[in-house]
Amino acid sequence: MGIKLENVSFVYEQGTAMETAALREVSLDIPDNQFIGLIGHTGSGKSTLVQLLNGLIRPTSGRVLYNGEDIFGEKYDRKALRAKVGLVFQYPEHQLFEVDVLSDVMFGPRNLGLDEKTCKKRAIDALENVGLSEDYYKTSPFDLSGGQKRRVAIAGVIAMHPHILILDEPTAGLDPRGRDEILGLISDMKKKFEMTIILVSHSMDDVARYVERIIVMGNGRKMFDDTPMEVFRHYTELEELGLSAPQIIYIMNELQRNGLDVPTDVLTVEEAAGEILKKYD
Amino acid sequence: MFKDITLGQYYQTDSILHRLDPRVKLVGTLVYIICLFVVDTFVGYFVCAAFLFAMIFLSNVPLGFIVRGMKGILILLLITMSFNLFLTPGEEIARLAFLKITREGLVFSIKMGFRLSLLVIGSSLMTLTTTPNQLTDAIESLLNPMKRFRVPVHEIAMMMSIALRFIPILMEETDKIMKAQIARGADFESRNLIKKMKSLVPLLVPLFISAFRRANDLAMAMEARCYHGGEGRTKMKPLIYKGRDRAAYFLLLAFFVVCLILRLVRLPFLS
Repeated sequence: MGIKLENVSFVYEQGTAMETAALREVSLDIPDNQFIGLIGHTGSGKSTLVQLLNGLIRPTSGRVLYNGEDIFGEKYDRKALRAKVGLVFQYPEHQLFEVDVLSDVMFGPRNLGLDEKTCKKRAIDALENVGLSEDYYKTSPFDLSGGQKRRVAIAGVIAMHPHILILDEPTAGLDPRGRDEILGLISDMKKKFEMTIILVSHSMDDVARYVERIIVMGNGRKMFDDTPMEVFRHYTELEELGLSAPQIIYIMNELQRNGLDVPTDVLTVEEAAGEILKKYD
Repeated sequence: MFKDITLGQYYQTDSILHRLDPRVKLVGTLVYIICLFVVDTFVGYFVCAAFLFAMIFLSNVPLGFIVRGMKGILILLLITMSFNLFLTPGEEIARLAFLKITREGLVFSIKMGFRLSLLVIGSSLMTLTTTPNQLTDAIESLLNPMKRFRVPVHEIAMMMSIALRFIPILMEETDKIMKAQIARGADFESRNLIKKMKSLVPLLVPLFISAFRRANDLAMAMEARCYHGGEGRTKMKPLIYKGRDRAAYFLLLAFFVVCLILRLVRLPFLS
């Protein structure tokens, strides 16, 4: 079932001189159990788009459907929706506020009205999933390192057991190691819980390795919506949108142009290395 | 959620009023406010209103945008007006249970309503056409003579501009944190007062932390650029009076004189 967007537009500051269209006539179909990368340059409308998906903002026109129901319908319970569609904002560590890690993660489940025991169990499970051991449960979240804080914040959303998890730039501001850890963690969770994950990013290199579908946004419009391989074929058009394909795509294209007969449809450095080595066997 | 607050907000467009020297606008607003208290007849208020609407027309700010900003003071206006309406002694013209309305009260409350609305619209027109930075520059320049009395004018102006600059940043931050907590199921719309206060904790704690973090970063950035106060500091956009500014001062003087005449000279057909 999942989420469906029908001709959704969103305009900021409507009716003033600052009026700007963030989304123009976007239609999307997000099924269950899919790993999606949502890519776009700064200001392309991707952050606006994800806020529409769990009803934080209301579209200027068009409809957002969850499991076939209009989420802005009069009687629709948007609070329940937010438990189903979890959203991890950019720099989520800035939303931490509790005295210790465990109670911060329990904030979400508590808001769902679950009893204390279930909340605690869910929080512990979530912290385990993001790789934080019991030693940290009673630590103040403000004493943790940047990467650890971010994991706590992600755990805070996972503990609500969403069917769809949206992460807005989860690797922003992390070093390469922290980035690989977070992305690996998300990928593991996808396999474990079979949920839909939408990974918002401006870096193709980040997502190419993990996702099965890429949606490219540009100027508030949906520009591409396909498998990574198909999207990267348009790498020159991506550049016009201020984006780029993973570096390895460029290398393979350049090699081919210079006479080495290698395939250009690879996604990771490892695959590319394998293909090149094949030529010298 | 803060979309409806236009009081103290800047409206980005181009107009003669926007291009005017901020000192003229600041002095002009003060003169205008004084004038509102100088005049005391309906003709006087009409002249002030006409002046104000001419200014709004020149400012290119849509009238609807300004009126929307008035919503915030509507309750204050109603309370003030009803106090004057019911509590002024004089000739009784109507009675509502134990409340009596007098002729004097009616006239006085209508005048008060005019005065307050014109005052608020007038001062919001200044902030709508002047960026906070220009405004603090104007204050610094106008207060400059106070330096002789060891008033730290530059420091005051700097604090003001930093405080003003932080308002939109903190508003944006509030919006962001609020959305993040709503996404985690927080409820900010509860009618229960205690619940409402409790629900603010997840908002206020991160907000304070972020304010301190930003203040720290700013102090560091200022120090890294060798900020050392106002001594010998030059400006990127120094304030220089031009022809139109002098014309505006002249217009203001004329307006002030007209208001004075309206107050002092009682024309028999006007009262």
